[in-house]
Amino acid sequence: MCTSIVEIARAEGMAKRGDQWFALSHAVVAYDHARHAPLGDVITLDFINAELEPAARAGVELTLETARELRDALDRAIAAAEFEEAEVRGKGAAAGRVRAA
Amino acid sequence: MAFYRGMTCTNVTLDGDGGTPITAYVARPEGPGPFPAVVLVHHLPGWSEFYIETTRRLAHHGYIAICANLYERAGEGHPDDVAAKVRAEGGVPDDQVIGDTAAAVQWVRAQAGHNGKVGLFGSCSGGRHAFLYATRRKDVDACVDLWGGRVVMGADELNAKTPVAPIDLTKDLSCPLLGLFGNDDRAPSPEQVDQHEAELRRHGKDYEFHRYDGAGHGFFYWHRPLYRPEQAADGWAKVLAFFGRHLSR
Repeated sequence: MCTSIVEIARAEGMAKRGDQWFALSHAVVAYDHARHAPLGDVITLDFINAELEPAARAGVELTLETARELRDALDRAIAAAEFEEAEVRGKGAAAGRVRAA
Repeated sequence: MAFYRGMTCTNVTLDGDGGTPITAYVARPEGPGPFPAVVLVHHLPGWSEFYIETTRRLAHHGYIAICANLYERAGEGHPDDVAAKVRAEGGVPDDQVIGDTAAAVQWVRAQAGHNGKVGLFGSCSGGRHAFLYATRRKDVDACVDLWGGRVVMGADELNAKTPVAPIDLTKDLSCPLLGLFGNDDRAPSPEQVDQHEAELRRHGKDYEFHRYDGAGHGFFYWHRPLYRPEQAADGWAKVLAFFGRHLSR
């Protein structure tokens, strides 16, 4: 953590390690030197469960450009999902479906 | 100094900070000694293969070398995974690292065949911790800081785990310091290295800094693209010469 660039967020969901899925507690975003990618500094994403042993982790190391593209893809997907949610649960849906959603 | 192809390597258990048992890897040259000692302070990638290999390398050069697992409290696992968990927890407290390192210093000083001298060796966060230790304790005889980041820290970087910027403790440095840095590094940046050197000079400390063109962060890491063989070879020669001057009796 020589750069001290690290962001820690609570996370709810699941991630996969080997052939097992585990519940998440945190997502960690850092920018520091790579440990595996044949690169210098990388964006590291770690999806972990801090209550389990350290192997409860799904990690990736990404170039900045890949991270930007991922961020943009996330933004597009989230925007579309929010629109979908609004359509189903909001003004575009029948009352019965709103209650069921 | 002679090369020691024969050595004994083992794990030992230390009473770490607060009395917590932690594991340390020890490499000891073959023969009765007396040998000087080096305590290695590992980097954020953890109690990694690089540090285990470097512990043996220092034994090869005639030092009783010991590297404590500073991340043991995070649990067992691959060093990458353990380090990721530590990062998710916001790192380890400086006080705890000091306590764990003190345990390694104490252990090695108690060994038969030790010549009474102890050096510190750390890189990245370990370089920072080595320097920090040498300012807060007076039981080491030489300190090597390899590109330790966050020696210079802004007020916004201080927190309960890192309450003080190490540069602000420079006046208390208790032993000679060797610093190696890459001019392409950004953590620490050349400007931060300048600041630290100015502070060392201001307090009249015994130090030597060497800065390498064509090298950035971690240029000793022979398993990474950061590796710069020419600069690393020169840097290793400087490390061994520095320890040789200050740790032999």
